[in-house]
Amino acid sequence: MSAPGTELLSVSGLEVTFRTDAGELRAVDGLSFDLRRGEILGIVGESGSGKSVASLSILGLTRGPDTVISGRAEFDGRDLIALGEEELRELRGNRISMIFQDPLSSLHPFYTIGKQLIEAIQVHRDVRKEEAAERAAQLLEMVGIPDARRRLDEYPHEFSGGMRQRAMIAMALANEPDILIADEPTTALDVTTQAQILGLIKDLREQLGMAVIMITHDLGVVAEVADRVLVMYAGRAVESAPVDALFYDPQHPYTWGLLGSITRMDRPRAAKLAQIKGQPPSPLALPTGCKFRPRCPHAFDRCAIEPPLEPRAGDPAHADRCWLSPDEKRAKRVVEGGEIGLEAA
Amino acid sequence: MLRYIARRLLWAVALLFIVTAVIFVIFNVLPTADPAQLRAGRGASVEQIEAIRESLGLNDPIHVRFARYVEGVVTEFDLGRSIFQNNAPVRDIIFDRLPATIMLTVGAAILWLAVAIPVGVISAVRRRSLLDRTTMITTLTLISAPVFWLGLVALYLFAQDVGVIKIFPGIGAYSEADTFLGKVGAMILPWIVLASATAAIYARYIRSQMIEVMGEDYIRTARAKGAPEGVVVRRHGLRSALTPVVTLLGVDIGTLLAGNAILTETVFNIPGVGGELASAIGQSDYELIQGIVLFGAFFIVIFSLIVDVLYAYLDPRVRYS
Repeated sequence: MSAPGTELLSVSGLEVTFRTDAGELRAVDGLSFDLRRGEILGIVGESGSGKSVASLSILGLTRGPDTVISGRAEFDGRDLIALGEEELRELRGNRISMIFQDPLSSLHPFYTIGKQLIEAIQVHRDVRKEEAAERAAQLLEMVGIPDARRRLDEYPHEFSGGMRQRAMIAMALANEPDILIADEPTTALDVTTQAQILGLIKDLREQLGMAVIMITHDLGVVAEVADRVLVMYAGRAVESAPVDALFYDPQHPYTWGLLGSITRMDRPRAAKLAQIKGQPPSPLALPTGCKFRPRCPHAFDRCAIEPPLEPRAGDPAHADRCWLSPDEKRAKRVVEGGEIGLEAA
Repeated sequence: MLRYIARRLLWAVALLFIVTAVIFVIFNVLPTADPAQLRAGRGASVEQIEAIRESLGLNDPIHVRFARYVEGVVTEFDLGRSIFQNNAPVRDIIFDRLPATIMLTVGAAILWLAVAIPVGVISAVRRRSLLDRTTMITTLTLISAPVFWLGLVALYLFAQDVGVIKIFPGIGAYSEADTFLGKVGAMILPWIVLASATAAIYARYIRSQMIEVMGEDYIRTARAKGAPEGVVVRRHGLRSALTPVVTLLGVDIGTLLAGNAILTETVFNIPGVGGELASAIGQSDYELIQGIVLFGAFFIVIFSLIVDVLYAYLDPRVRYS
């Protein structure tokens, strides 16, 4: 066990490649990050940026005959990437748990909530069914499902969307994991339910002292819950920063673009919603040099070589992959009205 | 749940009535051979035929005849009388033939499920492996082979009398056997022949179902829980993949009992409902044909009712909708 505040999970040089009929698809390309005990790390990126694949791969859930995974993911003195399936299985749902985007399709439609919770407990603990059922009811209560004992006998389709995600969270927490990976846990939910689920995850983090990896495409979610943020683009991290630094002093042009494309309720509506021009690169044919270069209005000749992820803004906790100097960045990123964006509309 | 069953039951009754009416129209309104003339035989006089017609009530208006027919079916399960088997009640002929058909159908169903489930599951889990490709080609071959041809090949290869390797009882062995075990032995080749094409269809169906199910989010959840792969495949995957198979099975067993085993029964000379239907068609024993068709329709309706109820039990989402 490591001391509070130190690295719980340390990922370095993670690469995930899928062999497809169209060629080799590099979904994650040299991703490195650390997760500290008790913190919430937000991983942000567009669809296809590799954020889900990376976290699934850490748990071995993308393993298969057509997948090549390399790199390291150290957890509790062991490298999860090199770990055998049986050892990894013992960690899954036990020390590291995961919840997913759509709680309806993620729960088995033919089994009651109780049965699915009991299974999660009994897979890792040698307890009788009655004991497991007792624990399942406690778990449902913990995640704020009223009348828990009765609801154990209900099926997923009898739960509302928010209740289903609560049940998923209860299932993930069944064995008091050290890490909860939440893959877009609020995307399928309406806004008020979203806020409740995020609040619940924050509370449970305090209560249980677990670390959380919050995968999302929504910077609003990150601002709400994360302590630190990793911005992913084309399978790699382009910026890594404490949450305040990311929002107030973003270093990478891609991050500016993400910030610029948030719709703001508290500002007059812009004539046109800002967006990042072009499409994310195909993982089958990544550009050379900086992967964001083809879409970046500030690209210059040095960008033909991909910059490493390092601290450039003076704060050792704030790293990015952009050759521009901090002063140039400050000058270029500010768009009309003090708002951060990629370029003036 | 009870309401659901009651609703299905009512629907089944309505369906049976409609089926009865359609069959009655086909055999009594649309042009067929004159049953009175068929009964009277060759060289009967016009008066004799007319007397038979009167005694059978064939001169009554059509709705009266239909009402009488329905009444007979409902009160005594009277399906009419065979023209060429000494006026024997069709019901008795069917009940006499039914055990052989039931034995053939049930045995074959057990066999094709026992083969198709493991083959389908393994092919799905080891997709694109050599095993998968081999079984998929084999199943395609079996599906393409007509049952009467497969039956003859089986007899040629394995029958005790004419076979190259004389190991299984051949044609007519079922009628000759007088013990239950003897009848089981006589059924081995027919079971294999009847089951092979169906097993192949089921294996392919289960494989495709299984591949689809194994890509579902809840399978990923089961793995993320740390459930062993065997549990993931059986408890989470197979449970979902087999549910639609119940529908298929209900229909297949229903149609086989209804006489759809006609080819297998004919090839092996098994005295079943299908074989009876074949000979009735050969003789234009139209009341017997009508009886067997109606009886078969009953089976199909009853089995689809069973499937509906079973489905509600298997898939909780059906129960409440």
